[in-house]
Amino acid sequence: MIEFTLWDIVRNLLLAARWTVVLSLIAFVGGATVGLVLTFMRLSSRRWLQRFTSLYVDLFQGTPLLMQLFLIFFGAAAMGHPISAWWAASIALTLFTSAFLCDIWRGCLEAVAKGQWHAARVLGMNYFQTMRHVILPQALQLSIPPTVGFSVQVIKGTALASIIGFVELTKAGTMLNNATFEPFTIFTLVALFYFALCYPLSCYARHLEKKLYDAGLR
Amino acid sequence: MGPTLDFLTLLPYVSELVKGLTTTVVLTVVTTLTGLGLAVAVAYLRVNGQPWMRWGLGGYVEVTRNTPFIVQLFFIFFGLPGLGIKIDAITAAFIAMTLNLAAYSAEILRAGISATAKGQLEAARALGMSTLQSYRHVVLVPAFARVYPSLISQAIIVMLGSAVVSQISVFDLTYAANFIQSRNFRSFEVYLLITLVYLLLAFGMRRAFMLVGKRVFAYQQGEQR
Repeated sequence: MIEFTLWDIVRNLLLAARWTVVLSLIAFVGGATVGLVLTFMRLSSRRWLQRFTSLYVDLFQGTPLLMQLFLIFFGAAAMGHPISAWWAASIALTLFTSAFLCDIWRGCLEAVAKGQWHAARVLGMNYFQTMRHVILPQALQLSIPPTVGFSVQVIKGTALASIIGFVELTKAGTMLNNATFEPFTIFTLVALFYFALCYPLSCYARHLEKKLYDAGLR
Repeated sequence: MGPTLDFLTLLPYVSELVKGLTTTVVLTVVTTLTGLGLAVAVAYLRVNGQPWMRWGLGGYVEVTRNTPFIVQLFFIFFGLPGLGIKIDAITAAFIAMTLNLAAYSAEILRAGISATAKGQLEAARALGMSTLQSYRHVVLVPAFARVYPSLISQAIIVMLGSAVVSQISVFDLTYAANFIQSRNFRSFEVYLLITLVYLLLAFGMRRAFMLVGKRVFAYQQGEQR
């Protein structure tokens, strides 16, 4: 039987943490892209587009991420196109992230005072000019702290990919536990790894929030 | 095999679905109450407690908010027995959900509490209210009313997150889904149905919370919005 030293455990977790980071990045970048499209669909004057996006957001916010993951993973297989855990996790987390970011960003756009729209229109700016020069720069500033804050939820969300067999930090932890029978040490280390990834982001988000608050924008 | 859906194959498993639903609902109701109760204590002590207490509770809140729920659950269920503390699955689920909800809610409540105007407590004391009375009526209840919508959302997030307790073999809704799909091999139909049940639960929870809020915080309506 192979003996595991503490260093072996840490090293294996570190290697697995790479995949947590990569999956988080995929989900965040993918989610931001889809989320941006959704946000503009939400702002559209077409009623059915607004309805579609709010239904989309409600569906993803009102169901467990684990179910979304299962539906995509097993759904694809049921439709005759089995996909790997990599793909299922990337797609599910991207969709999940996009719904939340769309909701956050819509809130930020709506938080820019209505009077600014009127003022810009009175100055003769059209819709796109108003968006580009007046609304977006302000909304962008408002949106950064909650977006950074949400990235923590994305990282934590990737832990669920372990359930469909994607080997990231949590799955590596359970695998190591099966090999070493040192659950306390291993799950403490796994938690510490997540904390090391998430806590700096949480602090940064809080710092940005405070800066906005001090600037009188919130 | 073509993409056909067959929901009739779920019919023989109604009792499993009911069992899973009951567990999820009971877990949610109980942990919402205990979690919010604990959150009040944590929020109070983080503001008024001894320095070591504030520091310790701050650590608890930060660790909980910055690690995944599934890891917290595994730590309690698999990790603690390593120290000689043995807990059965449903108790572990209950503890993990309570601690998770309490950490987030304490932070939400703290924001509500810090929004209390300074003079209000002094005014309450001047009116002859005891420390406890004034804290309850002037600080706590208005703070609750102020952040109530955020607390609802957080409780719903914990309910949805509870799908993970199936991984430590608690017979909840998700466990029922896994169980059924392992028997009838109709995974997509099962998960679709269960997802819908979760959606209805989330919707129902929001409605129930709002009804309760309307009654409990009736006299605060003017202040709220």
